[in-house]
Amino acid sequence: MGKTIAEKILSKKSGQDAYANDLVVATVDFRMGQDGTSPLAIRSFEDMGGERVSNPETSAFVIDHSAPSPLEGVSALHKLMREFARKYKMILYDVGEGVCHQLMPEKGHVGPGSLVIGADSHTCTYGALNAFATGVGSTDLAAALISGKMWFKVPETVKFICHGRLPFGVYSKDLILYLIGQVTADGATYKAAEYTGEAIQALSVDARFTISNMAIEMGAKAGLMEADEKVWEWVRRHGNGSFEQVTSDPDARYAQVLEYDVSSLEPQVAKPHRVDNVSPIGEVAGTPIQQAVLGTCTNGRLEDLRIAASILKGRKVHPGVRFIVAPASRRVFLDAMEEGIIQELVRAGAAVVTPGCGPCVGTHNGIPSDGENVISTANRNFKGRMANNKAFIYLASPATVAASALAGVISDPREFLPKEVS
Amino acid sequence: MELRGRTHKFGDDVNTDYIISGKYKFKTLDMKELAKHVMEDLDPEFAKKVQPGDFVVAGRNFGCGSSREQAPLALLNAGVSAVLASSFARIFYRNAINTGLAVVECDTSGIESGDELLVDLEKGLLRNLTREKEIAIKPIPPFMLKVLADGGLVAHFRKYGTFNLG
Ligand code: SF4
Repeated sequence: MGKTIAEKILSKKSGQDAYANDLVVATVDFRMGQDGTSPLAIRSFEDMGGERVSNPETSAFVIDHSAPSPLEGVSALHKLMREFARKYKMILYDVGEGVCHQLMPEKGHVGPGSLVIGADSHTCTYGALNAFATGVGSTDLAAALISGKMWFKVPETVKFICHGRLPFGVYSKDLILYLIGQVTADGATYKAAEYTGEAIQALSVDARFTISNMAIEMGAKAGLMEADEKVWEWVRRHGNGSFEQVTSDPDARYAQVLEYDVSSLEPQVAKPHRVDNVSPIGEVAGTPIQQAVLGTCTNGRLEDLRIAASILKGRKVHPGVRFIVAPASRRVFLDAMEEGIIQELVRAGAAVVTPGCGPCVGTHNGIPSDGENVISTANRNFKGRMANNKAFIYLASPATVAASALAGVISDPREFLPKEVS
Repeated sequence: MELRGRTHKFGDDVNTDYIISGKYKFKTLDMKELAKHVMEDLDPEFAKKVQPGDFVVAGRNFGCGSSREQAPLALLNAGVSAVLASSFARIFYRNAINTGLAVVECDTSGIESGDELLVDLEKGLLRNLTREKEIAIKPIPPFMLKVLADGGLVAHFRKYGTFNLG
């Protein structure tokens, strides 16, 4: 019987002929933890009696969630991570390097066919590179640091086939928001998602990351895509690792196959307080906003900043809006400076913060006030997500966020985009 | 492993930000401190009301959102001994087993706040003592049951030094 991408990668890495619902123990290619989860992993590592990290050269800690530290307590946890990484010779990405999910692919740690675990739910991002990458907890990370292995229940797969081509002003963010709205926040729970079809193939790798990143928002364990020439070009540009791509078999068994034609999709917005509470832009346009956020592991890449700058160039953000920009990594930040994008955003009124998670999870960098509306390119809009449960978060594409920052109300980006950029 | 307790009922899609807000979890490793804020955004009185051994009961997709292990740990440290839900988000489910918090997948529609329940995961048994009703539960795979019985993955690793699927 044929296999899905998930079944193939987990079979290969466990040495077992595994199918959906089998339990396997597999060798992991890379392990990652961030500053919200690693301190607890360190504690578990010690409680487990860990004496060494089995593969320190393929294990990394990233300080990105509260970076630089806003509080003494956080500083102590960062220090704990630095000391542990030094002691066990692990890779450490410190303050200012960027968001973990940007760094992992960008530093060449992940590629086609890899098996990766990260103590962060959006580890599924690297599925865009054809890697089986999934979020785990701190104790799982500790176990993987000690043993180099992890247990997995092989997931069933839901296949999303996206036909057609995204229209002008409509992006991969709009597509994934739409799909989440369709299948709901638990539409793929316990399962892997595979995204395919010509609409996906037409996307840049940057744009594909946005889709895989949000697979967890439909409950999925992984958000997989096939590796094509674009992926290989991307992987070669960012590293020199050797990888082996994995494709699904034509007779693989799927839990569900869902087909969509995306040719007439409109910009989408997820309304408070649920990611699957999605509407086309027309239904929310005009809603006043006080803060706009461009960045995060979902949409803080070069292409995202470029799209926003194409709207904001030579204009000024609405005086009633705080416009916060967090480039996903130092490399993105530098590339964006070289292209003049950062200058344009800052001239337009952006407050650029340290590469990293920025205000996404409410640790610092722009906590909204009571009753305020925020429009963000992030992936979650739960009540209290940005550390104030009386604020309202809307999620949208970089273009929609930029257009809204300009107008002071949620706005359709198609009215603001220069015609040659789509 | 027999558990007996009173229930506190919540709705669908209780996410990890509701269980323990990100604004607390980054500050400290002191789980007793975090436990004071557990479920705060859904029920500000919950941390005061909950008694050792109590159960949290919810609808679909319990624990969706982040991978924070502080979520099951905060529940455990608040005294919660098990979570019953009609379905769980997968990372939460994993983390619960790994930290030794019992998770029970079952139809929770007939359970009300204050009901007294009896759970035996090994036997696959759930009884609503208040309403004198048996409820069918989805069995936990043997390996996970073993981790749970060991008291979580830390204890499992201390015992075996690695994963013991056998
Ligand atoms: S940017 Fe936001 S969603 Fe992404 S890793 Fe950081 S906190 Fe998590």
